[in-house]
Amino acid sequence: MTASTGSAPVAGGRLPPTGAVVARAVRYLPAIVVFVAVLVLWELSTGGEGRRVIPPPSSIWAAAQKNAEVLREAALNTFWEAIGGLVIGTVAGIAVGFASARWAIARDILLPVAIGASTIPLIAIAPIINNWFGVLNPLSKTMMAALLVFFPIVINVTRGLVQVQPAALELMRSYAASPGEVLRKVRIPNMLPFLFTALKVSTTLAFIGALVGEYFGGSSEVLGRVVLTSMSAGSFSLAWAAILIASAGAIVTYLLVGIAERLLIPWYAALRAGEI
Amino acid sequence: MTVGAGVVSAPVVRLAGVQKAFPVKGGGSTVALQGIDLDIARGEFISLIGPSGCGKSTLLRIVGDLITPSAGTVQVNGKPAPQARLDRDYGMVFQAPVLFDWRTVEANVRLPLEIQKVRGAERDRRVQEMLDLVELTGFHKHYPHQLSGGMQQRVAIARALAFQPAILLMDEPFGALDEMTRERLNAEVLRVWAQTGTTVIFVTHSIPEAVFLSTRVVVMSARPGRISDVIDIDLSQPRDETTRETDRYYELVTQVREALRGHHEGAPVGVPSKERARAEGGIG
Repeated sequence: MTASTGSAPVAGGRLPPTGAVVARAVRYLPAIVVFVAVLVLWELSTGGEGRRVIPPPSSIWAAAQKNAEVLREAALNTFWEAIGGLVIGTVAGIAVGFASARWAIARDILLPVAIGASTIPLIAIAPIINNWFGVLNPLSKTMMAALLVFFPIVINVTRGLVQVQPAALELMRSYAASPGEVLRKVRIPNMLPFLFTALKVSTTLAFIGALVGEYFGGSSEVLGRVVLTSMSAGSFSLAWAAILIASAGAIVTYLLVGIAERLLIPWYAALRAGEI
Repeated sequence: MTVGAGVVSAPVVRLAGVQKAFPVKGGGSTVALQGIDLDIARGEFISLIGPSGCGKSTLLRIVGDLITPSAGTVQVNGKPAPQARLDRDYGMVFQAPVLFDWRTVEANVRLPLEIQKVRGAERDRRVQEMLDLVELTGFHKHYPHQLSGGMQQRVAIARALAFQPAILLMDEPFGALDEMTRERLNAEVLRVWAQTGTTVIFVTHSIPEAVFLSTRVVVMSARPGRISDVIDIDLSQPRDETTRETDRYYELVTQVREALRGHHEGAPVGVPSKERARAEGGIG
């Protein structure tokens, strides 16, 4: 019997670099075409009253250029609030996730509380958080973002550490492996894909949290305030520019998390590619 | 080479009066195993066969100290089973390959060596040797998902043998594979067994597989799980595809089948293993 008997292994996920770029371009081409088509339709179809509330892309672009200075300042402030929240929420979530995976009692106490707390409407507590950390302090927005990020991280980290194949644990037991080795060699690698899944959701949540916090007062040099003030002044184009910048920030952060995922757990990307 | 029950050397495994009861929801308990006495000599290939719920997987796990018996003693190389586990006397192979997705083939085989602090050139040499043994040379850098089910199971066997355990415990390792792959891997396991001289305990639902591989087949019956028959398999070694065509092979297959039937009227032998795992009280 030779090594190649049984079904042949599927081609190892690595294409030559140029091939990979071309393959990716082809894969995303439909999405790009649709995106451009939507922009064109949007530009052509906006008129009348709609033109004021949903301005065409060209007028949003013009407003963005005219207010570049304000928008840049606001975008940076909001961006740092969201990133700060993402970092704080992730670190705290990982810590609590490890604790609840390690100690059943912590799991019994923390997870119901975490799930319960995550059902509280964000809008309802935004003013409280704002007052707690100081309306004018950017930290209040950061904590709002952190709060939103926290729950999915806790739940996914716990799940990733706990949901290990029972046979994998039996195997480690048969090796007389120490609990530390089980953690390092089985539980943590098993958890990483869960963590990255949660992180991707969290990038969006961090920006939502920061913006909602901003809506409830504080510095005016943030994207949330730009949206509110420009809308009340009837400048919908500027409001849209701020909204799109916020969403671009979330998308870029999402992509950065995706790149980190590919670098840190390359096997997982290959595994998923094989499943599709 | 014929290794039978009559070997003089001290048994590698000695089971005496082993019993296992699992608690049942709502009080009480079910007896999964009762009065198990069995000696296994060095270099034997023992198959445990029996109907669903006969406790053969539980018995395998008791030998490997993955489950503690309720009563009785388990001696491995003259030591209690927990000590044997701490001494890394066991290599385990499960029905699922249980390979780690984040490790390449060679890193999977290397895992038990890392835990046993085998390092450097010695470690690399053993990994290489094991992958050669299961004929996966050249697949070192592949990830498990890039291999077929049969190849994954061969990686699991290489991993189980990497630290030269005294006993190889195999829990229906080929139960999830197609018949062709299963027969090929049966031949391969026999070759590995002959080359390494390891003692093997092998749980299976397949009568032909048990007869083809074993030096002795231990037939078990259910409720409570116990040993109902031990059949010496005197087919000559080494065995190959022609062994399956001999009259003696057919006689022994019939003998095992009748032993199973005699103690378990009309019960199906090929029961899906998930059902079995539940029937046996889950995996510890």
